Amino acid sequence: MKVRVSVQLKPGILDPQGKAVEQGLHGFGFEVDHVRIGRLIDMDVPGTDPAEVKAKALAMCEKLLVNPVMEKASIEVL
Amino acid sequence: MRVAVPVFPGSNCDHDALHACGTVMGWDTIPVWHRETRLPADTELVFVPGGFSYGDYLRCGAIAALAPIMADVRRHADNGGLVLGVCNGFQILCEAHLLPGALLRNESLRFIHADIHLRVERSDLPFTRAMKAGEVFQVPIAHAEGNFTLDPADLSDLEARGGVVFRYCSPKGQIGANHVPNGAMNGIAGIVNVRGNVLGMMPHPERVVDPRLGATGGLGVFRSLAEAVVGT
Repeated sequence: MKVRVSVQLKPGILDPQGKAVEQGLHGFGFEVDHVRIGRLIDMDVPGTDPAEVKAKALAMCEKLLVNPVMEKASIEVL
Repeated sequence: MRVAVPVFPGSNCDHDALHACGTVMGWDTIPVWHRETRLPADTELVFVPGGFSYGDYLRCGAIAALAPIMADVRRHADNGGLVLGVCNGFQILCEAHLLPGALLRNESLRFIHADIHLRVERSDLPFTRAMKAGEVFQVPIAHAEGNFTLDPADLSDLEARGGVVFRYCSPKGQIGANHVPNGAMNGIAGIVNVRGNVLGMMPHPERVVDPRLGATGGLGVFRSLAEAVVGT
């Protein structure tokens, strides 16, 4: 099954990249606030049960994909 | 003293480490490829070098933390063996959970290379025993991700247990946000684990130990290690 893991910096963790992009958008006259930049990880995970596949993706997040000091993730089975 | 220097694809300070430990200090220093599963017998110090292991993919140090050799580095640390991680080595030790915290992108978003000053916060460690608490020394930094971060409760714990070993400071030893090059919380440049045998730091003491290269500000760390390890 196709799985999408979305990794974001936790609230309160400084995101200088997001800040720079926000300033860039302001430069073009866009009204935006709280721009945060994250990472999308798409993958094929064997299995047919969405709950089971999601559990596998969660284990991957805990082992490698996410650093809980600074990041949080959401998992979507597509 | 026997030193092992794990070498990952993308390590680029491994030769600085080998030069400092081997040529300058005269220690038996052995590079160890990341795919090895055992450190050399009788390894006393593991020096995890700087660089861009695995191209900094995913997060700095995240992939290197899973390299085969790291299991034996962990065993070495669990047995009380000394581990020093510099720059990317510090990032790797954090990702391997041998040290708390994480190194975020510098506040400025820029790669910074500069000579900075550090204040020694603790002189009772194998890494600092030849120095004095409060002593200031000059070392270079060269990193894009040195912005040390920890959640507030863990940061208080780290400070309370004296886990901070080196702090960025002015040439006279003053502490303050304007002396922190990368945005690191509390100006933290180097930390040690609870047991006191695993130290990670962003600045590069191994680059300033050879008078022929113009500066020797980093010698304190290596003299300390020489004192700490019997039989050197």
